[in-house]
Amino acid sequence: MKAKTPSKLEKILAAGHMAVTSECGPPRGSDMEVIVEKANLIKDHVDAINITDNQTSVTRMSSLAACIQLKLMGLEPVLQMVTRDRNRIALQSDILGAAAFDIYNILCLSGDHQSFGDCPTGQNVHDIDSMQLIQTVRHMRDDGKFLGGDDIKRPPQMYVGAAANPFADPFDIRVPRLAKKVAAGVEFIQTQCIYNLDKFEEWMKGVRERGLHEKVYILAGMTPMKSVGMAKYMQKRVPGMDVPDEIIKRLQGVEKGQQAAEGIKICIEAMQRLKEVEGVAGFHVMAIEWEEKVPEIVEAAGLHPRPNVD
Amino acid sequence: MIVADKKPIEEIIEEIKDHEKILILGCNECVTVCEAGGKKEVGVLASALRMYFLNEGKEVKIDEVTLERQCDHEYLEEIRDSMDQYDAVVSIACGVGVQFMAEKYHDTPIYPGVNTCFMGVTEKRGLWTERCQACGECILATTGGICPITRCAKRVLNGPCGGSVRGSCEINKEIDCAWQLIVDRLKSLNRLDDYETLCPLKDWSTDRAGGPRKVVREDLQQ
Repeated sequence: MKAKTPSKLEKILAAGHMAVTSECGPPRGSDMEVIVEKANLIKDHVDAINITDNQTSVTRMSSLAACIQLKLMGLEPVLQMVTRDRNRIALQSDILGAAAFDIYNILCLSGDHQSFGDCPTGQNVHDIDSMQLIQTVRHMRDDGKFLGGDDIKRPPQMYVGAAANPFADPFDIRVPRLAKKVAAGVEFIQTQCIYNLDKFEEWMKGVRERGLHEKVYILAGMTPMKSVGMAKYMQKRVPGMDVPDEIIKRLQGVEKGQQAAEGIKICIEAMQRLKEVEGVAGFHVMAIEWEEKVPEIVEAAGLHPRPNVD
Repeated sequence: MIVADKKPIEEIIEEIKDHEKILILGCNECVTVCEAGGKKEVGVLASALRMYFLNEGKEVKIDEVTLERQCDHEYLEEIRDSMDQYDAVVSIACGVGVQFMAEKYHDTPIYPGVNTCFMGVTEKRGLWTERCQACGECILATTGGICPITRCAKRVLNGPCGGSVRGSCEINKEIDCAWQLIVDRLKSLNRLDDYETLCPLKDWSTDRAGGPRKVVREDLQQ
């Protein structure tokens, strides 16, 4: 696949390299130093950095502002954008705002329901859904037009991504759902955190059977467990997360002081196994409030140094 | 039907505590079926209010009337001659009835006695669930007869989202995932291939977004 945008992430994938992305959650305040520090921890070990958009519906500094900061630091941001909080006017407007700073990657999401966050009595928007947001960005980029039909002066040049959760139900439409996102125009996928490797590989088999891995780059989502408590929380409380009992047993099998190290080890082993799966084009390492561990994970997985494509 | 739920009595008392001649006005349609605002509930509310005012040592007249409907002129007109007897009305019809009463009887305060909840069905006595949000442009033909706008918490038109777990919505295990229902239904109809058709951006101008709506049938107006 030939690169269609100036996105570094796209160039790396198009050149056939395994890509590595990671993410930073903006602070619950206006101190940009938080983002600067997090980004500095990971910048030499990843190709692009996602900035989350009010994740779990908890109000934070805007993704766009934090992405601009990364851009000013010479880094490659991935603007996460949820359809929960903005109508089609605000979505297009923020896309142009990002394009004005030459932000070249966007991840189109619906967003967690607001009942999980700090404004459970708030309204949600959902004027369009995540697939329609994919279509919207592609339309703005490829046709150079607004949804309303007017021409855009200097259209956005964005590489368009989306999430996929191979573990949500109903399982038998999880591959068709990816096919639908591909039809909508998605170019890269970052998956939900993978712990159940067998189930992920079963999903990938379905993806390959339909040739979808040749139409979209799939980055496998990895989140190291910090503790047994975190693993249990993810298993029981986080919707759409599949944490097998073996992961919990394995973390329980080591001393408490060693659980974090064991979690990292489990993560690295999973990456080594998934690297060999046909159609896995890279990894999205989400070390939640644990960004300092990203370099060690990337190195141990044999993905460092990162390629230079410029 | 329109499903409503009774307001707490304390809230109704707060609304009417300064009035002395009060009409409790029920409706014989939807709110009767969902046991929130019919003749029976008019009687129960009137008794409770009489008891309250008696305990407070206040002399308050409370009358009971239940109309066939509160959303049609002809039935609201039935009480015109007696309206001057009251200085307040508690309507326990849906919000439509409360408003139509207020439009018709300009100088009498009309207070709502129920919370109007949604358009839905009676699953069993004491359990009503939502089915339609009246978006004004029905898409049920493409979704196996199950409405994602109403039944998905994110009204995702190309669902399900990543939070669908074992048939339940991410926000509450008691809520069915609309898209699980749609997929199951498309399978039963042998139409699962339809799942892959992308649903385009919806025109919400026929929904709340377009402002107050009206249906005009000139053929019926002549």
